[in-house]
Amino acid sequence: MDAAFEHVTRVFAVLVFSILLAILASLVMGSRPTLERFGLGFLFSAEWDPVQEQFGAVVPIYGTLVTSLIAMAIGIPVSFGIALFLTELSPAWLKRPLGTAIELLAAIPSIIYGMWGLFVFAPLFQEHLQPALIESLGGIPVLGALFEGPPLGIGMLTAGIILSIMVIPFITAVMRDVFELVPPLLKESAYGLGATTWEVVWRVVLPYTKVGVIGGIMLGLGRALGETMAVTFVIGNAHRLAASLNAPGNSIASALANEFTEAVGDLYFSALIELGLILFLITTIVLALSKLLLMQLSKREGTRT
Amino acid sequence: MSNHVAISPANPLYRSRKRVNVFLLAVSGLALLFGLFWLVWILATLFYEGGHALARAAFYYEMTPPPGEDGGLANAIVGSGILISAGTLLGTPIGILAGTYLAEYGRRGWLAGATRFLNDVLLSAPSIVIGLFVYSVYVAQVGHFSGFAGSLALGLIVIPVVVRTTDDMLKLVPNSLREAAVALGCPTWKMIVFISYRAARTGIVTGILLAVARISGETAPLLFTALNNQFWSVDLNKPMANLPTVIFQFAMSPYEDWHRLAWGGAALITLAVLALNIVARTLFRKKD
Repeated sequence: MDAAFEHVTRVFAVLVFSILLAILASLVMGSRPTLERFGLGFLFSAEWDPVQEQFGAVVPIYGTLVTSLIAMAIGIPVSFGIALFLTELSPAWLKRPLGTAIELLAAIPSIIYGMWGLFVFAPLFQEHLQPALIESLGGIPVLGALFEGPPLGIGMLTAGIILSIMVIPFITAVMRDVFELVPPLLKESAYGLGATTWEVVWRVVLPYTKVGVIGGIMLGLGRALGETMAVTFVIGNAHRLAASLNAPGNSIASALANEFTEAVGDLYFSALIELGLILFLITTIVLALSKLLLMQLSKREGTRT
Repeated sequence: MSNHVAISPANPLYRSRKRVNVFLLAVSGLALLFGLFWLVWILATLFYEGGHALARAAFYYEMTPPPGEDGGLANAIVGSGILISAGTLLGTPIGILAGTYLAEYGRRGWLAGATRFLNDVLLSAPSIVIGLFVYSVYVAQVGHFSGFAGSLALGLIVIPVVVRTTDDMLKLVPNSLREAAVALGCPTWKMIVFISYRAARTGIVTGILLAVARISGETAPLLFTALNNQFWSVDLNKPMANLPTVIFQFAMSPYEDWHRLAWGGAALITLAVLALNIVARTLFRKKD
């Protein structure tokens, strides 16, 4: 009985272990037709023409990366601010309600973000914020190219902004956790030398937790890269390469959500599955790195105490 | 006397440091408000737009209508309920047993460490890829979309959440409890089932509730698996209506009355998910 119980639990552990590998294997199998037909060229072609059966992944990869980078550019500083407020400034009785409220942002399903983004945020953004951005930044050389074009409301910038709201709770949670790891002795020493709260955070807490903070950022990035529904609603789903962030684009996940059930022909299917494979590989690498960094921090913590 | 000058509030360096400090701390407070602002805005919109739909009784017992007609989301609500229950029933036992191995038996050997690592990656893996996976290994093989496929996809999302919480919660159980049981001659399996599980029960239940909350709003994996169904169907072997896909379809359509139903569905899902989250939190906190 004893051996049987251990055996059963081990079987399920092995099952969990193999899920990720099984996903990888099935995606590789599924994308064999395009892998054979286009090879590495798939990664460098911007063409996406189901009628002529010409497929390339550049547009969705570009859209995925650009929206995630916008999300990071907004999400990282905001999350840092929130984590700083909650660990160093907030009175004790406010910590729990405020922390919970921020965590609830992660509980809202992504389709809700998408719907709200399409019906509420995009029209307001188009009417008020976007013209101002185009007006003020569109004229600057180089940078201006990012903000050219008509204010459509939907597009890569909108998708990026909504993604940034969605990654805030994840990055904040990790930052809060690692900030709490800093030995009080270190902070108190700095305060004792007359450092201000900001100096303690910037010169003591942040350097001490650097690895964990980067791990948290990677976790948020992994989430942003694979986010599907929120992006599908607002990115515009255009297979076009545009420098301007106001232009509609496409991300890997939204291309899959939109086209997969309507795809006709083996090659079209296989091209979409290969997109899924690319997404899976990118997010797995990012998430694995994040996990490794966070493990490194907790290991160091273990040796010091 | 120079010492006195250095700490005097009149010292320009001292004042600029103080200004920087106050400014940046204010910015951090603004960051918090920025986060809360979106939460309040989104929730307010949902209940403003979806409130009317939720208040109508027809919303709960009529089927999804064709455009231009009155109707409700009954088939989608029931379909979602079935898919979520089936997914949870499928994923929870697997998750608990695997988590048990990690926490109780996994102290030596490489399997536990490696599984824990892959499980954490799986926890944040894009759910649309799970949908693709189930499509290739199940839907493409049997040749049609079905409720089974949808439940399988949701079950695969439940597993990593439950593995993680079971593992974490069992690790919190003090070893002295285990040692006491074993010293009394209790076999290991009995020790785990009657001591460890009992001590970690609230934590494990919390994990299951959070997993249910997580899959309640999942849309992407259902698009390729359960698909959707305009009609009443509780047959798991057929395509099955479910709230997230109906919301997606209705919201993307040009019809006003479909939009209204979509808002109602969105408000319903969000209420359920937030309630689950809050119950899970209070449950867990009582334990502390």
